[in-house]
Amino acid sequence: MKPELAEVWDWLDDVPDPEIPVISVVDLGIVRGVTWEGDTLNVAVTPTYSGCPATTVIALDIETALRDRGISDIRIRTRLSPPWTTDWLSEKGRAKLEEYGIAPPQPAGGPQRCPRCKSTDVVRVSQFGSTPCKAHWRCKDCLEPFDYFKCI
Amino acid sequence: MPEPLFEFLCRMGDNTLVLGQRVSEWCGHAPVLEEDIALANTALDLIGQTQMWLGLAGEVEGKGRSADDLAMLRDVWDFRNVLLVEQPNGDFGQTLMRQFLFDAWHLAMLTGLKDSANPRVAEIAAKAVKEVAYHVERSSGTVIGLGDGTSESHARMQAALDLLWPYAGEMFVADTVDTAMAEAGISPDLADLRTAFDVHVQRVLGEATLTVPESDFAHKGGKTGFRHSEHLGHMLTQMQWLQRAYPGATW
Repeated sequence: MKPELAEVWDWLDDVPDPEIPVISVVDLGIVRGVTWEGDTLNVAVTPTYSGCPATTVIALDIETALRDRGISDIRIRTRLSPPWTTDWLSEKGRAKLEEYGIAPPQPAGGPQRCPRCKSTDVVRVSQFGSTPCKAHWRCKDCLEPFDYFKCI
Repeated sequence: MPEPLFEFLCRMGDNTLVLGQRVSEWCGHAPVLEEDIALANTALDLIGQTQMWLGLAGEVEGKGRSADDLAMLRDVWDFRNVLLVEQPNGDFGQTLMRQFLFDAWHLAMLTGLKDSANPRVAEIAAKAVKEVAYHVERSSGTVIGLGDGTSESHARMQAALDLLWPYAGEMFVADTVDTAMAEAGISPDLADLRTAFDVHVQRVLGEATLTVPESDFAHKGGKTGFRHSEHLGHMLTQMQWLQRAYPGATW
């Protein structure tokens, strides 16, 4: 018996991002489609950054999660186009990022506020950070450094 | 004559591969931690882009070669990168000047390739251009900061520009492969990229208080594979060491 696609999406929403485990691969917006083709479940995944080392781990985690739910015939496809954008981050994902201490992406190109003390007096340290998707910022009020999930 | 699309894809992939390898040589050695991380992330983006370009090159060639095969099992005469990217790192300023000159071309090239008549090329370019927008922002800012910095940093940046400027021209000189790609609508006309490049480079170098050398002499021979500089071979002995010592090794 084939599970409903809505149920599959729910399961995928339980698969954490390996680098930022508070958000799921669905929150991140990298699962671009789930379809049945006969008895094969097709999952389209798009990479965040082209060199992101987490990409292969994510594909493996998705496959493992679906196998644990009893789906054995899975095909994971990489879809490059349209390219991933931080606009695809879910609202739930954005809130969780901030709670975790990572400022969510803003169209203005910098964080809205410090994820810890909420001060808006923040300064960029570097456009690059601990993973390809993050920049390094600092709060001038609480003086703590923090990660900013940069817009792309 | 070799298949022009395959050659073109190797040029794109070899540029990012060789520069990615060069930049990654800084890992653990940069002047400050933030710059170390920025260089490593730039290298990572470039290697990721290499997988897409050389992966497609292998598909187009149709001989079953993967991106890894092309990267690790070819020798120096089969590489198609421009001479600029294989030049040694030198000091930090020289590395950033090389990066800046390449980034300015890369951004213009990828912006053109987003509208390629070949949809596979267009989708790789659309992905890569977003990453390169960050590279060029950083290399431009650093060139300005160091050029318009202390007398020591200014002198080093001017020396880096004088050294590397003769390698910029190769990126814009079209040969039969480039012409075939432009005529097929796959790639922009290289000469057309020069205007955007010049405007960008003049603005940044002006702000950096650096003087652009007057000579437009251009070293050539990298992207055709006719004559690489001696540096590429040395770099490959490091990059390909494992496959050379243990042919066919996998893990």
